Amino acid sequence: MIKVRRLVKTFGPKPVLRGLDFQVVQGEFVALLGPNGAGKTTFLRILATLSRPKMGEVIVAGHHLPGEAAAVRRRLGVVSHQPLLYGDLSAEQNLRFYSWMYGVGDLDQRIDDVLHLVGLYPRRRDLVREFSRGMQQRLAIGRAILHRPDILLFDEPHTGLDQEAAAMLDQVLREIASAGRTVVMTSHDIARAADLADRVDILSKGVITASESTDALDPIQLTELYRSVTRV
Amino acid sequence: MSEIHPTSELVEQKIETRADGSLRAYLRSIAAIVWKDLAAEFRSRELIGAMLVFAALVILIFNFALELDIRTREAVTSGVLWVTFAFAGTLGLNRSMAIEKDRGCLDGLLLAPVDRNAIYFGKAIGNLFFMLIVEAIILPMYSVLYNVNLFQPGLIFVILLGSIGYTAVGTLLASMAVQARTRDMLLPILLFPVLIPLLLAAVKASNGFLLGFEMAEIMPWINVMIAYDVIFIAVAFMVFDFIVEE
Repeated sequence: MIKVRRLVKTFGPKPVLRGLDFQVVQGEFVALLGPNGAGKTTFLRILATLSRPKMGEVIVAGHHLPGEAAAVRRRLGVVSHQPLLYGDLSAEQNLRFYSWMYGVGDLDQRIDDVLHLVGLYPRRRDLVREFSRGMQQRLAIGRAILHRPDILLFDEPHTGLDQEAAAMLDQVLREIASAGRTVVMTSHDIARAADLADRVDILSKGVITASESTDALDPIQLTELYRSVTRV
Repeated sequence: MSEIHPTSELVEQKIETRADGSLRAYLRSIAAIVWKDLAAEFRSRELIGAMLVFAALVILIFNFALELDIRTREAVTSGVLWVTFAFAGTLGLNRSMAIEKDRGCLDGLLLAPVDRNAIYFGKAIGNLFFMLIVEAIILPMYSVLYNVNLFQPGLIFVILLGSIGYTAVGTLLASMAVQARTRDMLLPILLFPVLIPLLLAAVKASNGFLLGFEMAEIMPWINVMIAYDVIFIAVAFMVFDFIVEE
């Protein structure tokens, strides 16, 4: 579903991704771990068509990037640090707006379904700026799955959430993954990544330095692996 | 780990892509952005409120500062009006793009499977609406304060043409300036030099209608404004994609 070969990205003279190789099959949930500045967000932005690679091959859902970015966007749902929602619109209005942008059919029913899925149906008419960070993040996931994408990219979706909100988000993520969607999620939380994902890849200094199935290693072993491959 | 796609899936993707490129999808995206901007603004009233207060203050300051007699008032009206619109408009343009940038919503727009020019046109039409609303309120206010009749069809047409050009250029440059930390300062510095031909033509044409010149004298300035509008809309259509790209 996603195939990346020798990906290079630089910001000015500074290299961020240095020949990264990465692959995800359909229906797989991959967690991408790595220290700050490792290039996780940059990598996800390239997959999301928001940034252009300098060199290398990126194929998402059979389409080459950046050349076929428009075709990729229809197949993608993205959740980033920021909710990408308008505070002065209600939850329902935000979803309606994005439904129009994505050309979602059977709009009213789909919006209701998504609001039920993320547990915000009772608050659908409330302004997003009045929502807690956790509620905003759940609505952001609703926005991302609105057009039924088969690939979902999550950039540290648990950032800034309290434990209860994070647990609710985990539940939503599990439901999304169980629907057979391909998921790539960046995170700093090794235990959570091990719990949610099928595979954990560790990104350090612009390359994938380890890739392990979460069935093969428990969180303690993963933590040790993480420390060993990210050690300066 | 395979990348094999059944033929039917590829055909489906091509159909979807073609549908994306259709005029209907394009217009639907523009309408969605305009609706979103208007709905958010009518809830918060931040943008129009700030533009209106600022425009009213500029007019008041000019009124007190110039202490004009009735004849001179008519002569300076077009200049004062356009300075007011240009300054107030900058506030609106800055705010309109800042709303997109601050909460990462610009990424949300860029992720949508639509032609990115649709984002530009949606934002520009929204900005034009806000500008016209402010102008519709400022004109009677100005007429009362300066005792000048501004409700002339020719003048209204010039204001419409000027506002289209202003928002066409302003939206483009605001989307460029919003990427910078110093966006509030950067936008006027980028915008006003580019606006000089438009403002010059708008002031001359407005003056022509206010002072009762012949149409033959006014038309060249109106033609300049039409040409400016067409050129900058075309430029924005061509370069917006590159401006918003990281």
